[in-house]
Amino acid sequence: MQKKVVLVACGTGIATSTVVSDAVGKMAKEHKINVEIIQCKIMEVPGYQDRADLLVTTTVAGKNYPFPVINARAFLTGIGLDAVKAEILAELKK
Amino acid sequence: MEITIDENLIILGLDASKNEDVLAQMAQTLHQQGYVKESYKDAVISRERVFATGLPTESYGVAIPHTDIVHVTEPAICVARLKNPVDFVIMGEEEATVPVNLVFMLAMKEQHAQLDLLQKLMAILQDQEAMGYLALEADKHKIKTFVIDKLK
Repeated sequence: MQKKVVLVACGTGIATSTVVSDAVGKMAKEHKINVEIIQCKIMEVPGYQDRADLLVTTTVAGKNYPFPVINARAFLTGIGLDAVKAEILAELKK
Repeated sequence: MEITIDENLIILGLDASKNEDVLAQMAQTLHQQGYVKESYKDAVISRERVFATGLPTESYGVAIPHTDIVHVTEPAICVARLKNPVDFVIMGEEEATVPVNLVFMLAMKEQHAQLDLLQKLMAILQDQEAMGYLALEADKHKIKTFVIDKLK
């Protein structure tokens, strides 16, 4: 399967995206899915528009992208985490 | 731990009616103790407007405001328990708000470097017992010890 490129973005690119990147990376590893995770600021997302398969973000995405966008707040609060993980996994397996 | 959590950075009963007041008072505290530059205050307030940090948890609302590393001199966390809940926009939402009781203002100095600490901080938010403790404990020293222990 082709390697998936996953963008993990937050407002500053330093805090919440760090936690989410790690969690998504671990998930992919557990399920033996080959991913490239790019942690960035939400403002930098358009720069990766051509090569990304998925955006996982803790902030408002702000615009429409040609790839799915998944809200990752659950990784911080624990509320609804299983559902979000399942959603991400489904995208990674496509 | 390289990040400072000090009794002087714990504010109990912070009195504010708007989240900007909360942010201003906390940023002021961090600035007075020399952890952040004067520019941090405006930066963290405008950052919150664009990228909100309110988080509803199983117990009560929390916010984790932070801003770019250029405004930080020495990494630290300022913890404030609010006298009355103050509305913060929920992270990732356009307008929806959450009444916040507890605020962790993060003064971060390095990119990507604080994973372990951030993970443990999120674990506190998901730990109802810990959250209950932080909502009620009156002794700053005990709160400091408790938080440091949880983040270790």
